[in-house]
Amino acid sequence: MAHKSVRLNGAQILWESLVREGVEVLFGITGGKVIPLYHELVHYPIRHVTVRHEQAAAHAADGYARATGKVGVCLATSGPGATNLVTGIANAQMDSVPIVAITGQVSASDLGTDSFQEVDITGITMPVVKHSYLITDVRDLARAVKEAFYIARSGRPGAVLIDIAVDVQRTETEFHYPAEVNLPGYKPHLYGNGRQIKQAAEMINAAKRPLLIAGRGITIAGAERELRELVDKAQIPVVSTLLGKTTLDEAHPLSLGMGGMHGEACTNLAMQSADLIVGIGTRFDDRLTSTAKTFAPLAKVIHIDVDPAEIGKRVRVDLPIVGDALNVLRELVPLVKPASHEEWLARIEEWRGDTRSRDILWRETDELVPQYVVHQIWEATHGEAMMVSDVGQNQMWEAQYYRHRRPKGLITSGGLGTMGFALPASMGVAIGCPDCPVWVVVGDGGFQMTLQELATIVQERLPIKIAILNNGFLGMVRQWQEMFFSGNYCGTPILGPDFAKLAEAYGIWSTTVNDKAQVVDAIAAAQAVDGPALIDFRIEREENVFPIVPVGEPIDKMIRRPVQS
Amino acid sequence: MTVALQGGHYSRRTLVALMEDRPGVLSHVANLFRRRNYNIESLTVGHTETPGISRMTVVVYGDDAVVEQVIKQLYKLINVTKVSDISDDAAVVRELALIKVHAASTNRSEIKQLIDIFRAQIIDVSQESMTVEITGTEDKVESLISMLRPFGIKEMARTGRVAMVRGATTNGSGA
Repeated sequence: MAHKSVRLNGAQILWESLVREGVEVLFGITGGKVIPLYHELVHYPIRHVTVRHEQAAAHAADGYARATGKVGVCLATSGPGATNLVTGIANAQMDSVPIVAITGQVSASDLGTDSFQEVDITGITMPVVKHSYLITDVRDLARAVKEAFYIARSGRPGAVLIDIAVDVQRTETEFHYPAEVNLPGYKPHLYGNGRQIKQAAEMINAAKRPLLIAGRGITIAGAERELRELVDKAQIPVVSTLLGKTTLDEAHPLSLGMGGMHGEACTNLAMQSADLIVGIGTRFDDRLTSTAKTFAPLAKVIHIDVDPAEIGKRVRVDLPIVGDALNVLRELVPLVKPASHEEWLARIEEWRGDTRSRDILWRETDELVPQYVVHQIWEATHGEAMMVSDVGQNQMWEAQYYRHRRPKGLITSGGLGTMGFALPASMGVAIGCPDCPVWVVVGDGGFQMTLQELATIVQERLPIKIAILNNGFLGMVRQWQEMFFSGNYCGTPILGPDFAKLAEAYGIWSTTVNDKAQVVDAIAAAQAVDGPALIDFRIEREENVFPIVPVGEPIDKMIRRPVQS
Repeated sequence: MTVALQGGHYSRRTLVALMEDRPGVLSHVANLFRRRNYNIESLTVGHTETPGISRMTVVVYGDDAVVEQVIKQLYKLINVTKVSDISDDAAVVRELALIKVHAASTNRSEIKQLIDIFRAQIIDVSQESMTVEITGTEDKVESLISMLRPFGIKEMARTGRVAMVRGATTNGSGA
């Protein structure tokens, strides 16, 4: 390996640096301005997964990062390769996922001349990255890689881009990998202020109707155990955000599940009735709170987040604590007094009972409803699978009916809401967690956006189980059209191929399910397949997601499924 | 500390930000203002006493919550090392303007008198015009402009504000 006087070219420096950062896998597609990189890659212990479209490379790196907590890496050539990454980069950045995206660039001497496959990718991605580098001098490369990984994974994680001119990749220089980074403008606040933490404990101890809102920041910090300690000690119920669903075992009696626009009624009623809300690692986004002005009118709000800019961005905050969820909770839990909150919990139990009475799962019906499909996948996997959901109705049904037990067990596109995310992301999940069952829950719309990755799944022998909730619509928009746009189904009916036949063409085991009675067997059969499997569930075409809070309404003004007569 | 949100009072704030002088930093900052929909009135950048560090003076109009967000979002940029709101400090604030004013031989002396009152300078003269340089507070610059306008302003360039806290206190990049 490299010692002090070794001379390497840019390509070798990149891989040498990635190995030092612990990178074991990268997702990418080659092209004209990264050939020198690929030429050297074969000499390094890094698995390269050749995807079929660069967007999938970014999503796969994203899925890998969410599932493992490590930095995901993707690579693309200049021009269209780079622009195809943009959706995936934005997706990762929005959900605070640590990825490093590497792109090739035209020679430094050709920059700015509109040469073949030239695009200003650092400019294009500027609003959607945590940081970026354009490398036109090989002597800057090692330092940039070191900084990129540090920035991507520390503080509030995010996406970092390194754009490397092709001549840099071929140019030799002395290789030194820096031991430390020196970034005077970047100092994440990891430890909360002691006085504020003490004050938070006092507020929690005094509260009659406290509620925790658990977000992805807890997952990022690895603070699941500390969250549970807080919950158990002070008997505080927990509403999670979509991305916070795996922060507390959803079989825990105090786990209320996901709150917000499609949260169960008990979660939203709890938010609006609480006298204290402790938001941890959440950005109180609009899908959770609806309009900020009407959110939690009776509550004092404590906001714990590692990103100071999130505090007070959307909702009024009475006590901010800037710090990493793990460090803050470690200091907070010992200061919190044991409590029982019996009256408050009894009230919540009442709301929960009401929720159950409206649940479509318990209705006597032969209809193949998607909720039943998700429920059966949950049963078959005991809540322990790595679930990768797409965006739209399928995502909400997964969130409502799959009660996650495994930390990091739900991988989904939250902030950006990127349809087509699930299938490519699942490749990263399967590679990152080779011993876990991986299920994709996806609609027929999102599936058709990135289904080219079926080939990659087969080539890489990834045993991913794909459940398509196929209703022949872009379903969430269709639901809005039905409920809020006088049933004007413009642009939402979609034709799809016979997905089982399509899978077969790729060499993937598949089946089509039309009847409720076939669901359990189909899932079991897919589980038994040694390799990928696809089930096309032809679900009720116009089934809706309930509850739903219309945009602009307070979060407890839900439209709910009527109680069965 | 309670974080203000809506309904705070609107005001004009002067922020000073120090940043590493790297390619792309300026566009990063400009991009941030556009993306977050902040209302920026002026923005000035230049070198500082420390090589490699640039100083930006930003005048932003917004309520307390917006200004707080601007500061926090600026801090999030990796190459931004320090951000200060100096609006409430005793500060020296200056702006420079170059004004090319229509000046026929008949009103030349009148213009000259005005310029003297404002302690501005004439830095270029031609048959039909004079170019005036003025340095001062925004108010002073505005006043001169309004006095010169009746003569016909042909061209104008203004720098926007630069600011510095009075006395020995610094917002500087040095130790």
